[in-house]
Amino acid sequence: MKRTIIATVHNTSGVMNRITGLFARRNFNIESITVGLTENPSISRMTFVVNVDDERGLDQVIKQLNKQVDVLKVRDITDEAIIARELALIKVVATPETRGEISTLVEPFRASIVDVGRESVTIQVTGDQQKIEAMIDLLKPYGIKEMARTGVTAFKRGTKKSVLDSPKYSIIS
Amino acid sequence: MSTKLQEDSGRELKKENQEMTGSSMLIQALARENVDIIFGYPGGAILPTYDEIYRSGIRHILARHEQGAIHAAEGYARVSGKPGVCVVTSGPGATNVITGIADAMIDSLPLIVITGQVATKVIGTDAFQEADIVGITMPITKHNYQVRDIEDLPRIIKEAFHIATTGRPGPVVIDLPKDVSEATGIFTYDQPVDLPGYQPTYTPNKLQIRKVREAVTKAKKPVILAGAGVLHAKGSDELLAYVEQQQIPVVNTLLGLGSFPASHPLAIGMAGMHGEYTANMALHHCDLLINIGARFDDRLTGALSDFAPHAKVAHIDIDPAEIGKNVETHIPVVGDAKEALKMLIAENGKPSECTEWKEQLYEWKKEYPLWYEKDDEVIKPQQLMEIIYEETNGEAVVTTDVGQHQMWAAQYYKFDKPNHWATSGGLGTMGFGFPAAIGAQFAEPDKPVVSILGDAGFQMTAQEMSILQELNIPVKIIIVNNSSLGMVRQWQELFYDERYSHSIFPIQPDFVKMAEAYNIQGWKVDDPKKVREVLQEALAYDGPVLLDCRVAKEENVYPMIAPGKGHHEMEGIKP
Ligand SMILES: Cc1ncc(C[n+]2csc(CCOP(=O)(O)OP(=O)(O)O)c2C)c(N)n1
Repeated sequence: MKRTIIATVHNTSGVMNRITGLFARRNFNIESITVGLTENPSISRMTFVVNVDDERGLDQVIKQLNKQVDVLKVRDITDEAIIARELALIKVVATPETRGEISTLVEPFRASIVDVGRESVTIQVTGDQQKIEAMIDLLKPYGIKEMARTGVTAFKRGTKKSVLDSPKYSIIS
Repeated sequence: MSTKLQEDSGRELKKENQEMTGSSMLIQALARENVDIIFGYPGGAILPTYDEIYRSGIRHILARHEQGAIHAAEGYARVSGKPGVCVVTSGPGATNVITGIADAMIDSLPLIVITGQVATKVIGTDAFQEADIVGITMPITKHNYQVRDIEDLPRIIKEAFHIATTGRPGPVVIDLPKDVSEATGIFTYDQPVDLPGYQPTYTPNKLQIRKVREAVTKAKKPVILAGAGVLHAKGSDELLAYVEQQQIPVVNTLLGLGSFPASHPLAIGMAGMHGEYTANMALHHCDLLINIGARFDDRLTGALSDFAPHAKVAHIDIDPAEIGKNVETHIPVVGDAKEALKMLIAENGKPSECTEWKEQLYEWKKEYPLWYEKDDEVIKPQQLMEIIYEETNGEAVVTTDVGQHQMWAAQYYKFDKPNHWATSGGLGTMGFGFPAAIGAQFAEPDKPVVSILGDAGFQMTAQEMSILQELNIPVKIIIVNNSSLGMVRQWQELFYDERYSHSIFPIQPDFVKMAEAYNIQGWKVDDPKKVREVLQEALAYDGPVLLDCRVAKEENVYPMIAPGKGHHEMEGIKP
């Protein structure tokens, strides 16, 4: 099962190394890691998307992370009300004829075309993983030349999920 | 010649809040942490620290290989309960202690390892004797540091001692660049440790303790598995008191030997791959298993799918990550073993009614004791262990290396007291036993220290005989000489159709002459009728002795759980 875990860590040199090393040597299956500063510059926040077999596997991931001296707090937020976002840059084959079509396609995703070349366009899309996947699926038929995804970063919502965030793209896929 | 075990450590405390060099801070910090002995080996990057060691007069034992230094520090830590301190230089000095660090990590021994490092400005340039020790030791330390700024040094040392010795103990590496050790700064040590990410839980949750109490009352076949966690927590007295109150049988792990008196009527013996039949049967048939400070290592559990199939499992451990890691646990108790036992005693629960269970265990014990076939011509290693046990009245500090001799020592030496046993359990490190005995003797200068070694393992760190010679350390080296890598040979016999690939020595050094080269008494014995007498002489001798005991070459360790098998599938339980 896929779980989203966040950890706040002491921003020491090598902390990233400690965490990724831990995942590798404990045989934890990790899909993505993102890391960045928080409002406190001495503390970073990491977001992991991990694949675990069962509850016990998940329990171990959390406990082993917690065991690290530089890790301040660990939390599995999968089942909580969260905001999870990922950014993807997708370069697709585009001729002058298909450009307009692509442009209409990306609009409901609130994605934007950030670069236009002679034979391609680059699309930037932000959202949760489902949304990114949906965008990729729709663009595949045009021919994806290159793609870069950042991995998920997430945190808990202040209030319950707001209506504003309802997935507008779902009607297309 | 008198032994030089108890030299006063020069511990001149300088005032705080004054300016001093990094190396001076280090020695001052060590003094404040009550370190009275360092095991180490000098070299370029650590020279400023060695200069300070020279000037301060702090006690330093010069090993002849860094691996010897770190295993000595481990032996010292295991027997004394204090952190072992090891100082080495950068690059090769530091990489030579890797095995010992990994060993201490898996066996939870508190160590402070100070490695020299090249100067900060050349770090990352492949400078002379540069190795990324922080990177290399990340997975095998409880925590590690590289000191980049002299201002951080006092805090780092303080944190290092705190981390190494609290919670589940473990090794901490401090990588100290040469320029930082030479730089000056203000030394302030009297500050609280501030580690928000490191807060070990000592006091268990009362509700969980109550659940253990209730489970005991309900159980018909309870058993306690006592591991090294009891020793680290210094909780042997509490374990004994709890067991006497509740009358629950106790099984030990290899590393937990001594946490519960082996001669106690409720002591069922060591469990595991070469554990006693009854101990393994106790684990297999119990309906309640209370694990106190053991980590359910695979050599203990055998096949996990067959482990304790009928048991409700309670697990008391200070490291939450151990609970549920290998074995599904019904009553997790996070906390210090001593605290947990105190709370359990205070609960004063209704003991389990398990007379039948205990009778069954005693019956098994009578029916399936440890066994070996005696021989008039050749020394049987098991018999040697029995004699060592008898001649030391069971009161020696025993260290072993890894292999058959280790298992025989564990089986036949009955430890009644804690901290009399140092062996490499988790990592199974050959070369550990002899230097560990040296460290153990420094921890217990007045007790006999017997180092039971294989002829192969001894050769991995034999150079440390220099320390025995130099300081007249009365360690008794007992080489259980079967002219082979005994345990490897046994596996090849049993599982590889007797294809003895590189496990039988075509030649051997003359161990007696080796001892003589170091000016140590070296005696050979191969006659079973003489072995007791020779051992008595060695034990009575005022100084180090090496005994080359020629034992039966093809003896196997039994009983045994073959790899991949469960406790109920033990082999070799009867002659
Ligand atoms: C450093 C290291 N290398 C290899 C091994 C694998 N190994 C385990 S037991 C053993 C044989 C040990 O032989 P010896 O020291 O003579 O002890 P014996 O088994 O004969 O009592 C070996 C090679 C090990 N445990 N440690």
